[in-house]
Amino acid sequence: MSELSYIKRPNRGLKIYAAAFLTVLYVPILFIPLFSFNDSLYVKFPLSGFTFQWYIELWERSAVWDSLGNSMRVGVAVSIISTILGTLAARAITRSRLPGQNAIVAFVMLPLVIPGIIFGVSLLILLSRLGVSLSLYTVTLGHLVVCLPFAVATLLPRFEGFDKSMEEASADLGENGWFTFWRVTFPLVLPGVIASLLLTFTISFDEFIMAFFLTGTDATLPMFIWTQLRFPQNFPSVLALASIILLVSFLLVFVALWVGRLGLIEPEESQS
Amino acid sequence: MADVQMSSAPSARSQRPSGLRSMLYKSETARGYLLLSPALLVMVVGMLIPFTILIAMSFWTRDGFDFDTTMSMTNYQTAMDVPIYNAFLARSFWISGITTVATVLLCYPMAYYVAFHVHRNKMLWIILMTLPFWTSYLLRVFSWKVILGYEGVINSGLLGLGLIDAPLEFLLYSQTAVIITLAHAWAAFAILPMYVSLEKIDRSLLEAAADLGDGPARRFFRITLPLSIPGVISATFLIFIPTTGDYITPALVGGPNSPMIGNLIQLQFGAVNNWPMGAALSVILTLWIAAVGLVFLFVTRKSQESVV
Amino acid sequence: MSSDGFISIRNVGKSFGSFRAIDSISMDIQQGEFFSLLGASGCGKTTLLRMLAGFETPSQGEIFIDGQPMSDVPPFERPVNMVFQNYAIFPHLNVRDNIAYGLRKQRLPKAKRDAMVDEMLDLVQLAGYGDRKADELSGGQRQRVALARALILKPKVLLLDEPLGALDKQLREQMQLELRRLQRSVGITFVFVTHDQEEALTLSDRIAVMQGGDVLQVDTPNALYEQPRTRDVASFIGTMNFLDGRVLSRVNGHTKLDIDAVGEIDIPTPHPAIVEGDRLSLAIRPEKIVLHRAAPDGPAMQGNLEMTSYLGERSHFHIRVPGCVEPMAVSAQNADLGEIRALEEGAPVWLSWHDDALIVLDGK
Repeated sequence: MSELSYIKRPNRGLKIYAAAFLTVLYVPILFIPLFSFNDSLYVKFPLSGFTFQWYIELWERSAVWDSLGNSMRVGVAVSIISTILGTLAARAITRSRLPGQNAIVAFVMLPLVIPGIIFGVSLLILLSRLGVSLSLYTVTLGHLVVCLPFAVATLLPRFEGFDKSMEEASADLGENGWFTFWRVTFPLVLPGVIASLLLTFTISFDEFIMAFFLTGTDATLPMFIWTQLRFPQNFPSVLALASIILLVSFLLVFVALWVGRLGLIEPEESQS
Repeated sequence: MADVQMSSAPSARSQRPSGLRSMLYKSETARGYLLLSPALLVMVVGMLIPFTILIAMSFWTRDGFDFDTTMSMTNYQTAMDVPIYNAFLARSFWISGITTVATVLLCYPMAYYVAFHVHRNKMLWIILMTLPFWTSYLLRVFSWKVILGYEGVINSGLLGLGLIDAPLEFLLYSQTAVIITLAHAWAAFAILPMYVSLEKIDRSLLEAAADLGDGPARRFFRITLPLSIPGVISATFLIFIPTTGDYITPALVGGPNSPMIGNLIQLQFGAVNNWPMGAALSVILTLWIAAVGLVFLFVTRKSQESVV
Repeated sequence: MSSDGFISIRNVGKSFGSFRAIDSISMDIQQGEFFSLLGASGCGKTTLLRMLAGFETPSQGEIFIDGQPMSDVPPFERPVNMVFQNYAIFPHLNVRDNIAYGLRKQRLPKAKRDAMVDEMLDLVQLAGYGDRKADELSGGQRQRVALARALILKPKVLLLDEPLGALDKQLREQMQLELRRLQRSVGITFVFVTHDQEEALTLSDRIAVMQGGDVLQVDTPNALYEQPRTRDVASFIGTMNFLDGRVLSRVNGHTKLDIDAVGEIDIPTPHPAIVEGDRLSLAIRPEKIVLHRAAPDGPAMQGNLEMTSYLGERSHFHIRVPGCVEPMAVSAQNADLGEIRALEEGAPVWLSWHDDALIVLDGK
């Protein structure tokens, strides 16, 4: 305590509040895995016993595997495309003086502040007018619109984080734009690229609103869960499926945020 | 004079790069736009064109299973005249307004705590706070259904403990449930901008205020709060707008008293099957959001001016 | 012709939008020269350097290096290398890989490349540091890596953008000596940007003094100090006292002046251009003024001692002279002062100087 300055003295009340906050943030989500091991069709206390039954049931249902495969395919495509496009865009935004640049950035970031339902129905109308039948491709397009802003937002700080003179130094030492990108720029933004891949994959994998309007006959995993919610007897296995998805999502996002923020936040220890 | 010199060096001219390459090297701007173009293309095809068609369709009318594409204001007229539409819109703003205020108030101390009182592993704290936001929205809403349900965690728990005799019905299928669920779902979105603006505050300002005789409470209200207002405003903006258009939460935990404008729009494209009406409602929602957004933008600019 | 200098800058100007960073500059830099661009921040010196490197394109004019026009040559094909202000050491590479970065195109066998890197490490006195990462280096070491990385490519010109600015005073003085030694031993033309006049004077063969996008004077350090041409240059380099006066007459190589605070004096005619009746500015260095307690023979000014600063080996005085806006600055070796040392503030003193100490400046 003595090494902290006057302004940084600890505040017990706030500490308790923070602990309570994190509890409230996480506990509701933890009920899903809790009840997924409960030996009862009904989600209620008291718990009636431990079982793997619902997980086994999941394993045996082909519809689960189909929708998992669909979500994986869409997620991988969306994460790769949006990360590549996001990398190019972030590079352009940070390295060139572009007229109308702020407007362009605002345009690309628009999906962050507009309800997803608007994009969902707009795309649905366009596709139906064009006579394009709904499929995993249309879901992919919808997810691209949702994920691209996140890819750009993840990559921008990375590009801003290293000095433009690094690339100039490479040019000065004789490398053209292509080699400069691969020898200097890419290695330096790699953490951002990995973070973007993982984040956009997770967002696409979990995305429901666009998928709701744009899915054809092949359901993604969230769509599958949505349809299962109507059948009470499937409720426990939905809990099991949700538990698995939550676990995987948490791991992916944790890695993404950790890698992506690496080196971006100054460790405060060095200041004092 | 310079011209003469340049033309007297023909050997150099032959080394000049080809036209396109030269243009790209010379014009950083052209290169920048080239790099941006794929992302812009996706946004134009996936967002701008669809939205334009949405606007066009909002002026059409339903004609059996087809559309009457003559332009008319019928849908907008209906939306204005039929009270139920306005009621849905008003309810959306009411619910997301309360959600926003509650979320911002509850998240501010948390953002403050991490910005001012966490000195080690700050990154870990930020990740912990934002982690749930990135995971499935549907599942997070679903978890509240599990908790607040008629036979859910809270009711069965309280019954089991003998604290209540019958399940509390107001928990699920109520506006309260919607507000609780939305606030929980969007908390991370509120924390980040407030955290950023709190973190930016120069600690020496607080030391100066202390030196000039302000105690902790006065320091907070005279220094910290005013300087963090931009973060509070953008948090408000970032929660209010998406929650207004939400429809999963009301559908899953809202019950009969809380469908919002999003549910109404979804119905037009589903069961009711009146796409032009749905398009018109979407446009109306967008206009309202744009109006609110402009007000926020104006207020933000004002507050930044007064701070700087 | 364009071959006046090794680097030949011809009518080069640069605008950023409506902001004119550089007006229209022409100058020549000789091969093997240590050439400095000196000026306050915003004077255009860095922009000029970046145009030499190819990071900025001139809005007008042409730059020739070794006789070749540079306007269509991208940075990665120019025969120049640069030491950046922040050194721009690649953080993901170690010292060896940083130094060897530019060698890729030469497709050398590994042994040959390693030998070249070792040679460079020795040259910049970093032998044994090859495996360190950029963030394990001190400021001075980073600067050496940046130098080695550029010099290994044997550029025709080495550009240095305030490379010593980030170092503390002691290290800076040490690095100045090293830079000078290095430049002598490799014989490459150095173009050096700095805002530190002392640094420029210590290091350079010639200095271009820049201000507001213009070059005021290009000269050797000695000439800039002893014979500044304009008031701006005179006041930028070192401390200077200024006097205003009028030309009374010109006779036989002598010019009679009426100086506002002094009266009439004779000086050897400096400029053929000055005419009777012209007003002109004169400058005199503080160390060229001699203080007296009583009126000396010949031209002198009388004033009152306003302030004394004791600096060990020498002292600085401010002397308020009636008729001069600024107090006159005088600097003298304490060993030479004698009775002046004991003077109280406010005491009357006389100032005198040798004829050749007065510098006649261009313009008013």
